[in-house]
Amino acid sequence: MSPATHAPLAGAIAHQPTAALHAQPARKDTILYLDGVSVSFDGFRVLNDLSLYVLAGGLRAIIGPNGAGKTTMMDVITGKTKPDAGEIYFDGTIDLIALDETRIANLGIGRKFQKPTVFENHTVFENLELALKGGRDAFASLFFRLGAEQRTRIEEVLETVALADQRFRVAGDLSHGQKQWLEIGMLLMQDPELMLIDEPVAGMTDAETEETASLLKEIAKTRSVVVVEHDMDFVRALDCRVTVLHEGAVLAEGSLDTVQGNERVVEVYLGR
Amino acid sequence: MIRASPFAFLTESRAALTTLALIVAAAAIVPALNLMVPAGSPVHVPTWVVTLLGKYLTYALLALSVDLIWGFCGILSLGHGAFFALGGYAMGMYLMRQIGERGVYKHPVLPDFMVFLNWKDLPWYWYGFDVFPFALLMVVLVPGALAFAFGWFAFRSRVTGVYLSIITQALTFALMLAFFRNDMGFGGNNGLTDFKDILGANLQADGTRAALFAASAVALAVGYVVCRFIVASRLGRVLIAIRDAESRTRFLGYRVEHYMLFVFVVSAVLAGVAGALYVPQVGIINPSEFSPANSIEIVIWVAVGGRGSLHGAILGAILVNYAKTYFTGALPEAWLYVLGGLFIFVTLFLPKGLVGSIPAFAAKDFSFFGLRFGPAKTEARP
Repeated sequence: MSPATHAPLAGAIAHQPTAALHAQPARKDTILYLDGVSVSFDGFRVLNDLSLYVLAGGLRAIIGPNGAGKTTMMDVITGKTKPDAGEIYFDGTIDLIALDETRIANLGIGRKFQKPTVFENHTVFENLELALKGGRDAFASLFFRLGAEQRTRIEEVLETVALADQRFRVAGDLSHGQKQWLEIGMLLMQDPELMLIDEPVAGMTDAETEETASLLKEIAKTRSVVVVEHDMDFVRALDCRVTVLHEGAVLAEGSLDTVQGNERVVEVYLGR
Repeated sequence: MIRASPFAFLTESRAALTTLALIVAAAAIVPALNLMVPAGSPVHVPTWVVTLLGKYLTYALLALSVDLIWGFCGILSLGHGAFFALGGYAMGMYLMRQIGERGVYKHPVLPDFMVFLNWKDLPWYWYGFDVFPFALLMVVLVPGALAFAFGWFAFRSRVTGVYLSIITQALTFALMLAFFRNDMGFGGNNGLTDFKDILGANLQADGTRAALFAASAVALAVGYVVCRFIVASRLGRVLIAIRDAESRTRFLGYRVEHYMLFVFVVSAVLAGVAGALYVPQVGIINPSEFSPANSIEIVIWVAVGGRGSLHGAILGAILVNYAKTYFTGALPEAWLYVLGGLFIFVTLFLPKGLVGSIPAFAAKDFSFFGLRFGPAKTEARP
């Protein structure tokens, strides 16, 4: 919106004036480009001049203490919340600020909610069918019939998320972990270029967490995946670049070891 | 899940086939028992019963229309009586124009109330209503257009839940006040009445009554098939998705407001058709049909029968209205308490309505006030 109102990385520099946190890449190379994004609720700045750049392809983990603005960041990217200031671009060229949730979803950004959100009264199969890419027109859906290719695609995803033997179960009857996986499966059905995944392993067993990490790593081979998570073991298993958010801005970025060695990060997490 | 035949949406559901068979059977049997069986016979159905049952069927269609949006898309309209009444007025205007010179004032064109108000010309919006097909078109178009305009603004602004319910209530209340006014040109307080004939047939004749009953049954059957088709389609699955997790549906890329608008308009049209069949059978339409209490009553029928079940809505409308007929005859002052009590009972103990609770009885696992009925052993889920 107005580039003059902020210098690049102003928010980050305020936190850590000594070193540039992360180099600003050219916008055209990014899949997701947030620059100087601010959001306030009732005068409280949830996002404070947040600048975050994600290069196309691969995984990115975003960590941060409660209230760091992780979920709000997801909201502004997916069109649920409009930022007060800043720029958001998808795929380097598409301005997301003016678009609503539906448009953004159809551009190719899929989102998994923090609380697993599946259609509880539909079967697993129907959940995936509803997420199937294309065919969003209301009238067309009145006469829609599942094609053989689409059926194959659903079968593939059922295998990928290990729910093939649950396909006729009502989603509301699934375990918490299975719902998380079903929601990831629904994202896969959408076939998005960018997947935003909010706390995928909350409430999962260690074994499930491990499997989820390898699933996401597999998915990230063909598309960009941004994961918000609290669980450090899980983030370590993802083995990717990590961004630390704090008070609505980027505090540190780098490998997990680098950010864990960062004094400011330790301070924020341990509350010293 | 690949549908073998285009009618699988009916044939794969036993409830759907049974419901349709019952409606069609009623359409044939009730008029036959009225017209062909002599009046002295024990199986003879008197004409007043035919008309009463016909009225129930129009209520059933109205309940179906509310269930389609409330049960399957979570849109709780507390103003659906408005669409019913608008359809009724459109039919009433046709019936008024049919009276012609047989009115009290013997005016060839103007209905009695206009003569009484000293009007000289027919208002422009009464033109065309002497032609039956035009009136039928209006029966569909007027409620549909209002629902489209209303839904367009409401759903685009994401007015949902309680707020939407309140606005729909305000809509029907505003229409009631408007229609009460004499200068609106719809007969004010008294509404439209003293109808003589429909399509040239005397409205008081047994044959006409039986035909209106049959028409109501056919309309209900068609309405049921339409609803069943919608609900069984992918669009129906999206509607349920919207009902259960609206923002999830949005983030999957569905334009939620289009789906809501579509189903809201279909529902309003069904309600309008129900109103149009109701008016010739009861012989009057007046502004009290717009009263908010009427609209709330429809919701109770659906809740009693089983929200989210199409045949449940039909059953609920017929049972509650039968009870209403009985109580308003036997214990008139008790009826409203019975209705209120019924609603509370259903909400607390039968949240899925009668239809949804019968399987619970059958599943030998039903508790009532903490008392468990049936065998104590619990079966493992399949």
